[in-house]
This record gives sequence, C-alpha cells and structure tokens, in this order.
Amino acid sequence: MTSLTRPTRRGFLKVGSGLLAMTITPAGTVVGRAWAQMPRSTKPETFATLVQMSRDCYPHDQLEDRYYAKAVDILDEAARASEEELNLLEEGVAALDQSAQDAHGVDYAAIENEADRVALLEAIADEPFKQKVRSNLVVGLYNQKELWPIFGYEGASADKGGYIDRGFDDIAWL
Amino acid sequence: MPAPYDKNDDSVVVIIGSGAGGGTLGTQLALKGIDTVILEAGSRHETWDFINDEWDSFSQLAWKDKRLTSGDWRVAKDFPNLPAWIVKAVGGSSVHWAGASLRFQEHEFKTKTHYGEIEGATLLDWPIDLEEMEPWYAMAEDRMGVTRTNGIPGLPGNNNFKVLEAGARKIGYKEVHTGRMAINSEPRDGRASCLQIGFCFQGCKSGAKWSTLVAEIPKGEATGKLEVRPDCQVLRIEHNDEGRVTGVVYADKEGREQRQKARIVCVAGNSIESPRLLLNSHSSKFPDGLANSSGEVGRNYMRHTTGSVYAIFDKPVHMYRGTTMAGIVRDEAKHDTSRGFAGGYEFETLSLGLPFMAAFLDPGKWGRDFASAMDGYRNMAGIWIVGEDMPRAENRVTLSDETDDFGMPIPDVHFDDHPNDNAMRQHAYTQGSAIYDAVGAVRTIHTPPYPSTHNLGTNRMSEKARDGVVNRYGQTHDIDNLFVSDGSQFTTGAAENPTLTIVALALRQADHIAGRMSSGEI
Repeated sequence: MTSLTRPTRRGFLKVGSGLLAMTITPAGTVVGRAWAQMPRSTKPETFATLVQMSRDCYPHDQLEDRYYAKAVDILDEAARASEEELNLLEEGVAALDQSAQDAHGVDYAAIENEADRVALLEAIADEPFKQKVRSNLVVGLYNQKELWPIFGYEGASADKGGYIDRGFDDIAWL
Repeated sequence: MPAPYDKNDDSVVVIIGSGAGGGTLGTQLALKGIDTVILEAGSRHETWDFINDEWDSFSQLAWKDKRLTSGDWRVAKDFPNLPAWIVKAVGGSSVHWAGASLRFQEHEFKTKTHYGEIEGATLLDWPIDLEEMEPWYAMAEDRMGVTRTNGIPGLPGNNNFKVLEAGARKIGYKEVHTGRMAINSEPRDGRASCLQIGFCFQGCKSGAKWSTLVAEIPKGEATGKLEVRPDCQVLRIEHNDEGRVTGVVYADKEGREQRQKARIVCVAGNSIESPRLLLNSHSSKFPDGLANSSGEVGRNYMRHTTGSVYAIFDKPVHMYRGTTMAGIVRDEAKHDTSRGFAGGYEFETLSLGLPFMAAFLDPGKWGRDFASAMDGYRNMAGIWIVGEDMPRAENRVTLSDETDDFGMPIPDVHFDDHPNDNAMRQHAYTQGSAIYDAVGAVRTIHTPPYPSTHNLGTNRMSEKARDGVVNRYGQTHDIDNLFVSDGSQFTTGAAENPTLTIVALALRQADHIAGRMSSGEI
C-alpha cells in the first residue's frame, strides 16, 4: 500500500486459527487480511501492537502486514518459553499504550499519524523493550526469503549456475 | 613417517591454524618432505557443503566464539562480542576472503622512514623490503592464479564494477580495473573458472576462488606428509627447561585434552587467536606469555581503515550479481600527505545481500530514512574502503577474566581509531560519494566499518627483539623453534588486502624452516 492509502484506523480480530487485521479506509469500507500467525503467548492486542510497532521501526509501504507479523511471531514464540520475555512484551506494550493515551487519547496502534507513533518510539529508543522489537526485525524481517524479490534480491544463485549467463553485467543505463 | 602422525611423534612440525598462512605453510613443508600436522579449531566443510545464504553460511563458517571488545570503535558498540568476521573451519578465512591479491608498495614496508614520527602511532619499518619479497610475491601469484599476473586475463566486470568504473573515470581516476584476483578467470590448476555466483564471502561453490581448503591442503595431503586435524582447539604451547617449545595441548572434538609433541610449532590462528594463545601459554619461566619478552605480544592490533559507500540510483544495478570484489580504484593508494593523512587506501567493489545489508548498512538505525535506503536495494552500488591504519601500542588483544568452554580466557580486542585513520576514512567517504554522484546517484550512504576481516599486527615483525615479537622470517625473537605464520606478523598494515602477503611470507618461511631443519639448527 502507498502512503495515500494508509489506513486511517486499524483493528484486530481473532478469527479461526489466525488474526484478522482490519483496516477502515477513509471511504468507510472495512478491508481485512488474515495472518497465518496466531499469538499463543502474547495477547492478540499485544501482538497486533507489536506488528504496528515493527512496521514503524522499518516502514516499507510495499510490504503487507503479514511479513511483520511473521517477524513478531518470533518474539511470541520466545515468550512461550520464558515468562521474562512475555513480561517484557506485555509490559512494554502496556507502557507504550499508556504513553499513547497520555499524548493522544488512544492506544498506540490507533494513532493515525505515523510521525506521532514514531515520536513515542523515539522516547523509548534505548529501552530493552524497544531494542528487542527492533533488533528482532534485522533478521526476523529481512531474512524472510519471500520478501527478497520485493526488494530485488535474488538469493542463492549457485544452484542456477550463477549469473554468468543471467545478467551479471546487464546494466544498460550507464 | 606418513600421515597421520602419532601424538608422541616429536619430529613433526605442528602448525596451529589452516588459513592463508598455516594452510600454505603446511602444504609447502609437506611438499618439501617435512612431516607436518595442522591443528584446526574448526570443522572441515568442503566446496559442496557451502551455502548460498548469508546467515546460514555465517552459522556454518564464522568464528562465533565469544570475544569482548573495548575502545572507541563503533564495532564495540554495535557488535560487542563480534570484533571480527573471520572463519573457524579448515581453510580459515581464506574460505571467506574475496580474492583481492595486491602486492604492498615499496614505501609501505618502511613507514617509519617515509611517514616519520606520527604522534600516538607506533610506526616501525619492516626488517624486509619489497625487493626481497618480489620473488615470493611472484611465487604466490602463480600459485594462487592471480588475474593480471602470469598472463592470466582479468575477470569480466559485473554491474557493480561498471558503475564504479564509469564514476571513477568521470572524476579523473586512472587506475581502474577488475582487480588482481585469486579467482580463476579461466580454468587453471584443476579448478574451474568463475561462474559469477556472487557469494564469494560464503565459500566459493564453483571452486574458482583460491583458498587453502581447495588449492593447497589437498596437494599437501597427497604427499602423505601432511595431516590436517580439524575440531582441535589449541589451548597452550608447552616448553622445556631450556625454553624451547616441545608441543601443544589442545581440546579435541569431544573436549578432551590431548598433547601433540612437536619439533617446531608455528602459530597461525589469525591476529586475535595467535596472541591469545601465546599469552595463555605463560609459565613460571615465561610469566608474561611465550615470546613476549618485549611485551609486544597482542599490541599494535590493526584492522585497516575501512568503511563502505553505497549509492542508490534511479535504475537497477543488482550489485550482488557476480564476483563480489572484482573491481578496484588504486589512485588513492599512494602516500600523499597533501590529502591530510599518511598512507593510502584502495576502493574495491563490495556488495552485501539484503539480509546482511539490513544488519550492516547502519547498525542500530531504524525509521523511514533507513527503510527507504533498504527500499533502494535493487538500485544500489557499493564499494569498500581498504586503507592503512596506524599501529598503536594500546590497540591490543588481551586475555579477559572470562573463560570459554575449555577454560581458556577469552580475548578482549581494544581499538581506538587514530586521527590519521579518521581523516583517511573521511577523505575516502567524500571521494566515494563523488564517484557515484558523477554517474547520477540519487543518494549515497557512508557505512561504518564492519567487524574486522583484516586482523593484523599483534605479533609484529621487527629488526630488534625489543620492538616486536618475530624476526624477518616470522621466527620468534625469544624461542628459535617457535614461529608466527599469519597476518599477526605484519609490522604495519599497508593499504592492500593482506592475504597475498601472508601467503608470500608463508612460502618464504617454509624455505627458511626447511633450511634450518636440514642444517640441524632447529
């Protein structure tokens, strides 16, 4: 999605074995997309907020939420085995929502303006919770092979004979 | 006696490490008929085992054992337990290297003479010079199949090179080409030519790139005079009452301590592990560690003045396609203090895949500015800066209070950039941006140094015993049957990638060791 069609409001519903990210567009219609991930340790609202927070850390408008959800699932999985990890996420999101309420009267994920959300993240940039969510994305997001083509990265090449006959020197605009 | 060798056989030469230094030395000794055992801390992965995936390959090959860092370098903040990106596997970091094979320039062997006194730097002239090294460089180039030497054609330029070349020529650089690369541009030495795969750092899957794993060790093993023992981490070197070394104690694959006796021991574990091992081999006779009467073991750690410039264009580049480092600009490699610093630097093409770009482009950064740079990945070109950094006494490897699984103290790597390093890096960033701006870059990004791949100088070579650890042959000043055979011998770092010089020194050292053995001196 481009910035012109960025959602004005987001909501999240549990449906079946996953989450449904709902978007209410400026025209008032509701669109939704189910994620394969289903939070098993974090609360659904917490998981959804972590997804929004992840997008705000590395905002790629061309990426659907499901890529961020897949990264957040790594945090959720770790939290299944560790109460400490779970508390870090739940308490972190609760504190973030509280600061959002104080500043804007709504929870973090409901703040419409990206810059307002980012300002709240900047305020906690050095805190373990924020560091955890951000650093998880470096591998958790960018190492998803499914999104490499979106960035123009082709991954493994030896199994295809390298690039010797596949455009290693095909630049034509210089 | 043919390999494998008995652990009580005290006639063997034991080499610690199988990389560019140790792997070459061991092979050359075996070819000369000398019984040799290489102890390698890592496992053996062959060409077909390598993985075209950055993180999976990192897991397979990298030296990930915990290390500590300190000092003002940014690596200490971003990667506090990963000061170096090097390999723990048979072949060492020659499995990971990109193949750039450049001789040092004449003045770079004599920096104290040419650069003079520089405050805060411990410059020293090498006890050898270019003229003396030339035949060994020639032998190394032939052995490694370096392009643009011995009639071997250069590699073809990939997209990343073409962008660099066009920009560099536009701003007036003259010495621009696809490099002197130890990567086959045509079949040679029983190995195929480059398929432009693009994962040079992850272990070359076509076998075109020279490494001790594919190009040296098999030849040594074929003589029956070389045994490479993987998964053996040496913990200490032992000596007798006379102060001569007698063997090494190592932890085998199961973690059991073993003792291998030796006539000669050569240390080639790269510039962090080699001083770590010497320091850890302290005894009542040598309380500060072996070969450390000068107090220089671990000091003068160098890592090259590095950095990257990535440029984003409005059209695709696909920089990751093809040979990673086959592209060079040499015009800034000279020593010309009018630029505001001593020494020089090279520009060499470099690319990272998307996963490593995310990790290294600007570590710790987040937000739309960072994300938009990643969005430009397909249209990105990149270069690496490789420049001479200043040796400093306090840039050093020491033993920490923390120990590893075998009870061996883990190393702390301290590094502060010298003002000369910073001035050089800034100049290179500016020139790098100018190269890309000249061909229409939309944006250029100055990426800070990665964890070090060029680790140098911690057992430096010196004319006088008080100034360094080893003599002109890499033989320790203090103990005549103890040698250093890796880049830790480097007195100063020069502007060139170190592997060719490490190999040339290893070939020369093999000659020296064989000669002294046959004369009965050692």
